[in-house]
Amino acid sequence: MSKINSVTCPVCGCLCDDIELTIADGIVAQVKNGCAMCEAKFFSHSNEHRLKTPLIRKDGKLVPTTYTVAVRKSAEILAKANYPILYGWSSTDSEAQRVGVELAEEVGGVLDNTAVVCHGPSILSVQEVGIPTCTLGQIRHRADLLIYWGCNPWSAHPRHLERYTAFTDGRFENSEWMSYLNKVKAAAGRKKIKSLERKGILKHRREREIPTVSDNKPTEILDKKGRKLIVVDVRKSMTAEIADYFLQVKPGKDYELIQGIRALVRDQELDVEEVAGVPVEYLQQLVDAMISCDFGVIFFGMGLTQSPSKFRNIDVAISLIRDLNMRTKFAIMPMRGHFNVTGANTVFTWQSGYPYAVDFSLGYPRYNPGETTVVDVLLRQESDAGLVIASDPVSNFPRKAVEHLVKNPLIVIDPHMNATSLVGDIIIPSSIVGVEKEGTAYRMDHVPLPLKKVVDPPKGVLSDEEILNRILKEVRKIKSNRLEAA
Amino acid sequence: MVVQQKLNLILLTGRTIDQGVGKESGKGTKLYFESTTICYMDEVDMKAIGLRNNDHILVTSPEGSVVLRAVKHPRGAMPGMIYIPYGPWANSICSTDTTSIGMPSFKGTPVEVKPAPNQPILTLQELLRKEFGR
Amino acid sequence: MDLLIKNGFVYDPINGINGERMDIAIRNNKIVESVIEKNSKIIDATGLTVFPGGVDIHTHIAGSEVNTGRLVRPEDHEKDFVRKTSVTRSGVGYSIPSTFTTGYRYSLMGYTTVMNPSMAALEAKHTHEELNDIPMLDKATYPLLGDWWLVLETIQKGDLEECARYVAWMLEITKGYAIKIVNPGGLESWGFGRNVHSIDDQIPNFGITPRDIMCGLAKVNKMLNLPHTIHLHTNNLGVPGNYETTLDTMKCLESIPSNGKPVVHITHLQFSSFAGEDWGSFRSGAAEIAGYINNHDHVSCDMGQIIFTDTTTMTADGPFEYTLYQLSGHKWVNSDVETETSGGIIPFHYKRKNPVNAIQWSIGLELALLIKNPWKVFMTTDHPNAGPFTAYPKILAWLASKKARMATFKRLHKKAQKKSILPSIDRELSLYDIAIVTRAGQAKALNLKEKGHLGVGADADVAIFDLNPEKVDIANKFRTFRRAFTNTAYTIKGGKILAKDGEILQQAEGKTIWLDMQTKKEIEISEEIKKKFREYWTVEYENYPVSEHYIKNSSPIKIKADV
Repeated sequence: MSKINSVTCPVCGCLCDDIELTIADGIVAQVKNGCAMCEAKFFSHSNEHRLKTPLIRKDGKLVPTTYTVAVRKSAEILAKANYPILYGWSSTDSEAQRVGVELAEEVGGVLDNTAVVCHGPSILSVQEVGIPTCTLGQIRHRADLLIYWGCNPWSAHPRHLERYTAFTDGRFENSEWMSYLNKVKAAAGRKKIKSLERKGILKHRREREIPTVSDNKPTEILDKKGRKLIVVDVRKSMTAEIADYFLQVKPGKDYELIQGIRALVRDQELDVEEVAGVPVEYLQQLVDAMISCDFGVIFFGMGLTQSPSKFRNIDVAISLIRDLNMRTKFAIMPMRGHFNVTGANTVFTWQSGYPYAVDFSLGYPRYNPGETTVVDVLLRQESDAGLVIASDPVSNFPRKAVEHLVKNPLIVIDPHMNATSLVGDIIIPSSIVGVEKEGTAYRMDHVPLPLKKVVDPPKGVLSDEEILNRILKEVRKIKSNRLEAA
Repeated sequence: MVVQQKLNLILLTGRTIDQGVGKESGKGTKLYFESTTICYMDEVDMKAIGLRNNDHILVTSPEGSVVLRAVKHPRGAMPGMIYIPYGPWANSICSTDTTSIGMPSFKGTPVEVKPAPNQPILTLQELLRKEFGR
Repeated sequence: MDLLIKNGFVYDPINGINGERMDIAIRNNKIVESVIEKNSKIIDATGLTVFPGGVDIHTHIAGSEVNTGRLVRPEDHEKDFVRKTSVTRSGVGYSIPSTFTTGYRYSLMGYTTVMNPSMAALEAKHTHEELNDIPMLDKATYPLLGDWWLVLETIQKGDLEECARYVAWMLEITKGYAIKIVNPGGLESWGFGRNVHSIDDQIPNFGITPRDIMCGLAKVNKMLNLPHTIHLHTNNLGVPGNYETTLDTMKCLESIPSNGKPVVHITHLQFSSFAGEDWGSFRSGAAEIAGYINNHDHVSCDMGQIIFTDTTTMTADGPFEYTLYQLSGHKWVNSDVETETSGGIIPFHYKRKNPVNAIQWSIGLELALLIKNPWKVFMTTDHPNAGPFTAYPKILAWLASKKARMATFKRLHKKAQKKSILPSIDRELSLYDIAIVTRAGQAKALNLKEKGHLGVGADADVAIFDLNPEKVDIANKFRTFRRAFTNTAYTIKGGKILAKDGEILQQAEGKTIWLDMQTKKEIEISEEIKKKFREYWTVEYENYPVSEHYIKNSSPIKIKADV
């Protein structure tokens, strides 16, 4: 039995690097400090859903094969293809991503990562208006106003609050953990009273109504000392539950709401009673809190990027931050999902100039989201082969896009059986990056962190990097043979 | 209160912690299945079409339809919306429109919801076979 | 096989060789006394100019700031792309080329060693990962230490020895080469949206001044026996009237014992030599600055020469980029790094017909020409801040030819022409001077003993230009000169011919040079520091250092420190 400290968790964009693992008999026996997803990930290396041998589809059924055959067949598919797509990349290390760009260039394919279905629109907006941002520690030390907009860290980035924002002690700002605990206690107390009421022990008071937006006045929070936590969302999420103030926006009206706030930040008057379901009077109070803070930050998620208006939502959100920086210090940051989707954007950019949706079919990197984005390529039915690595598009893409992906030869590299490997033609198992292979990942704020190898992969299972290198080598061999033959 | 046959609502998809743990444990796990075949609804909307917790519903969009389990949204009101965690079930009805920027419309697809008391929820394998023939 | 470069006109200022016809012999990756001719590959350099491989002391080519610059500027890439060939990778980018393309372009101009001057320690792994993907060049990188909390705290305490030990530790674990200071005190202030405006302003929450930081770190630099001086981006950079701050800065470092050698390198000096009260009364402060540097030996500098083009500004000086944002309204990136530094990016188009930009252009050249000793002032554009490095041949022509600079001068904004003293300067740099400001001087300032010269034992890095100095008067035929220096006839690095007549022949990996610090007392990493680590950063102590895993071709230099 051995203990390993300071392990980086390969699940979400938080990349918590304080995980303590206990290893017994070559498997992870105990996970300390991690969230539920972290535990599930570290335990998953030994579960029954693991892929251990390469599979190849014969007569409609997946049958076992060897790495040599799987690699050769994959290389043949890619070398033969006219317009293959190479998709995924967000749950592997930057070392594998580097080889991926080279492979995509070699086969003249479309290289895309999962940002296309999460923060692709954010990248488009950053390319339009830039982004005033910072690393997470800067927020921990300085931020006294924290706004989560269209994101739900309690569920998607469970330790974000405790490590980087409201519930952490910084040099200039303190943790709000105690005040949160008091609030929880108070809520528990209220529950108790209600239960007593139900049992008839206490006299029934007034029926508590479901709070609507207009009940939710922001005044109290503005008088509060210390860090303030605000959540803006279309529904009351887990995070909204713990926030000092929850602002419920009507679905699809984020753009309108942000523009309303921008107008108020610029000291303009709004000649309407409410914006996106929120009374202007409340907005005014929110804006006052924004302007009077020392350091504010907005974190945003899929609530902005995936709802109607998409990148225009981010455009105005960043523009709001630009405006606010005329009055005080403000930052904005996308809540990146996969643990190394930021790394995929980073590596693609330094090698090819573009963060995602890179088309190498003309021999040089070309980028035109909407055209070279993988979902569009699939919907237009243009690709003639696919390689999917470290992601599960069959679970995450709309059905019509998947239909075309499945129609053509499909290579899948993944440690686990998932929806995509169930429908693929060649399935190549890989070791789990950050559990069975060391490497590098980039946190949501672009801070690179080392991933550790804590256990051995199943016997004979190769890493993503190694598999890609072998495919690349094989592709080059096929191409040079072809040249010689000609 | 008159019980209606069906409701026209707005579909939101997104993350829940159970779905997150499920995806990390493995897409073949029971947790993943149970956390991605769920559909959170507003209490009032559920009553309007006579649904109780865990009743099966048929959700239909222009892209297709899927059977899911209706569950009351645990915190606050969200009238007019349903919330389905990310997964193949949600994606079989999401709008494919990328509005020319690469991003499908995972939030904001208009859908029709009606009770489906006698229809089963497909397993992952059944769903893939039905949709892609594999 | 050995290599013999025969009969070229050799310019090797470190060894005092000024255009003599000589042979240069190469064995493996080093310059040697001689090789046996019949066993060697011969390069006939008759009628050609032979220089040591180029050295760039300050060019932003890798790391988070550069890469974010790439990310926000697809429009910069679409107009400039390079296809894949059988030996080279594809790439894009005019002002911020992708990594491989950066390496090829430098190599085609005869450069073999470049210094990446700005690296947030927290993001050092990123910088090194990118450096690994820049082929053709030897590289080093400078960590940003001027606003690092542990430096500020130890200077506040007055404990320079402790400060020196922290700095030594930081240089080693980030695999860095020199102490980089950017707008000292300003970056910490920027954490809450403020700035400092003179070298004696108080830094909020720390109770010290920029003067304390600069003097403290200059002393630390001495205590550690670092090869380069402190590498300084001054306070008030880019602000009209800042030449006075720059003079104050240089004066405050006079007291550091120097033995006639520099104790500070002021980088992209053009941006720190502005006179006038505002943009309207903006004028050059180059004469005052050059006058000071001519009379003092403790300062070296580089130009940061403006090029009239569309480029991308990027610096750790967050407040300065914010000023540019207010001026331009352009897309703006700000990126503050916890406990260490900040950063910003703004695309910028320098225009001949903009009076301020035109005067800036003049300032850079005035500095290079008025500072008499070429060993004190080097040619840079602070790539890509004042222009992309691919514009170097243009600058060389301006330096070597009054005719060339007047041809550009005549097309400047009239107001700028009236204000400029450039027409009164007749100095023209010789090829020997050019070799100093583009390689020898830079190698010497960096104390890179095997770079920047062609003596026995030097690295076999050679640039051969298709230029016959006996036939071509570069001051007169500046276009011929410029063309010759745009693409080498041969670029040789580590004894390998990498480029020939504007074409890359083979891709080679370069080394990463870093300082292996040997302190007298082992740097103790106590539990207390580890605890502090957890308080200060959001990463664990064990995950902070750049391990050797991140350096493909490691080339450490052992440095014995006095602490």
